[in-house]
Amino acid sequence: MLNLQPNPIYYSSEHEQFRKTVREFVAREITPFINEWDEAETFPRALYRQSAEIGIIGIGYPEEYGGTPADGFYSIIVADELSRAGSGGLIASLLSHSIAAPPILAAGSAELKARVLPAILSGEKIAALAITEPSGGSDVASLKTTAIRDGQCYIVNGEKTFITSGLRADYFTVAVRTNPADKGAGGVSLLLVERDTPGFTRTPLKKMGWWCSDTAHLHFDNCRVSIANLIGEENQGFQTIMLNFNSERLGLAAQAYGLAKVCFEDALAWARERKTFGAPLVERQVIRHKLVDMAMKLEATRATLEDLTSRVENNIGAPNLLVAQTSMLKNFATQTMQFCADQALQILGGMGYIRESRVERIYREVKVLMIGGGAEEIMKDLAAKQMKL
Amino acid sequence: MKIIVCLKQVPKNDSILRINDAGSWIQDRDLTYEINESDAYALEAALQLKEKHGGEVIALSLGPARVQSVIKEALARGADRGLHLEDTAFDQLDAFGAAATIAAAAEGDGFDLLLTGLQSDDHGYAQTGVIAAELLGLPHATIVMDLQTEDGGIKVKRELEAGFFQWVTMPVPAVFTIQSGINTLRYATLKGIMAAKKKEIKKLDAAALGLDAATLAPKQQIKRVYFPQKSKQTQMIEGTAAAAAATLVEKLKNEARVF
Repeated sequence: MLNLQPNPIYYSSEHEQFRKTVREFVAREITPFINEWDEAETFPRALYRQSAEIGIIGIGYPEEYGGTPADGFYSIIVADELSRAGSGGLIASLLSHSIAAPPILAAGSAELKARVLPAILSGEKIAALAITEPSGGSDVASLKTTAIRDGQCYIVNGEKTFITSGLRADYFTVAVRTNPADKGAGGVSLLLVERDTPGFTRTPLKKMGWWCSDTAHLHFDNCRVSIANLIGEENQGFQTIMLNFNSERLGLAAQAYGLAKVCFEDALAWARERKTFGAPLVERQVIRHKLVDMAMKLEATRATLEDLTSRVENNIGAPNLLVAQTSMLKNFATQTMQFCADQALQILGGMGYIRESRVERIYREVKVLMIGGGAEEIMKDLAAKQMKL
Repeated sequence: MKIIVCLKQVPKNDSILRINDAGSWIQDRDLTYEINESDAYALEAALQLKEKHGGEVIALSLGPARVQSVIKEALARGADRGLHLEDTAFDQLDAFGAAATIAAAAEGDGFDLLLTGLQSDDHGYAQTGVIAAELLGLPHATIVMDLQTEDGGIKVKRELEAGFFQWVTMPVPAVFTIQSGINTLRYATLKGIMAAKKKEIKKLDAAALGLDAATLAPKQQIKRVYFPQKSKQTQMIEGTAAAAAATLVEKLKNEARVF
């Protein structure tokens, strides 16, 4: 029987043990409550600390900051297993540090890293990444939020939008223009803005899906931010942001795969249980074909995801080609999710349209993964450019 | 306090079970395994005692190479080292043979407490811990729900029938079989999993344990394994409502014996 298992050549007994831990954690601490949390449009802050305790938050970070050095397959496992709760919104908020903290680790000063990373990795503080503005997202080089040097501070003015964990975060990794004379990539820096900074306000945003994830519009009105919070060199932020996008997109692809697999599993279980005209749905050719089409796309997505993760881990291939492959995988995985959510909902029929069904929620979460972290069209342009077509 | 915890690897409780070709046991192809439920609670009880009083927790498992995953999981949860009892001579052990093997390994290592789960989720004999205690000549208690140190000895709470409990105090070393659900199981954290890679797992075979074929020879044998026979009989009761109700009551009393 096809059971959509990971390819064992990539996973050690330690990987499998960690998968068991995360699976138990999700079954015990998340799944029983996820419907309630999604309806309430939030989840307990304590979940960050609980997740940190078992190792989810600190994967891949140095031990000196409270992390656990580990390869990329551990992150794939986390995305895969968290997906079992059937809420991409929970994953997005719970792991918002996974896009906010890497720039601090990669480019932040020793003082900054020691000051903020232990609190983030222990789940005590929440971190968010703020790049997108009302005027644009993927076109980072054109961002308009300014940070003008004034003595030992930067004065930040501008807006950011669609920011995950935007309301609850304690630390914001914010892309700003520190050189207004340079209207392109050369004037961009990254700055850590703390939540209680005077002049920094946040407004919640209602969404199609990802209900339990908080999403906000951020306003910076003459916020004074210490120069000690500059992440990396001034005007050198663009490259750090671009590198950060790659790991984000790989993570999004893993999440899309995990959620697509949930759709397949729920559709298969329903097709076996539901009888029409004297036979289970799964015995109808039209339903069997739908399930096979889903399984086929899932298997191809998993194989590509694991192959690319291995290539990234082992530096196999030219960097520009890895960027192209990551961009294509992000599109491929989210298209698989779109297809599986659609087919699963069709198989589940009325049950799939009822709230509290995992498929219903995942169906509403398809578009955010096809747009967030780089829209499909941007991904294609980037892949074409990196492959020098 | 030095505590040895016996961990049996059993098929996961959601496994699809099939009987093997010989009809002697379940088919082990396609099975996935986990720590026997009550053994996991025994491990947690041991870890909590160690946290309170210091000492060492040793995870012991008997079986083929695959049982190392059970030992590794225990090490990831906080056990200090592992003992893996592996030999083809151990393949067909009954409860007595398993107890004799465990007793030999435990005696060789030395301990203050030897813990097992109340019973295994596969065979369900509930004998291994008790027989091991008898072979070792040590005091023991079964269905233990709580363990407290007291005046150099140990005081345990046993579950009796009909909602009664019993507190028993005894000297150490001692052997206890632990009830499920008595504590909250901790997770094997990522840090714990990584740290476990550096912990020792010592392998011991029959020769190292001084066990001969006569000791290990099964004293009991499974003749046949089969699924319960399902039978469904429908009886139509006819007549007026009052007469049918009276017949139904009579049948429920005397045939089905439900009241």
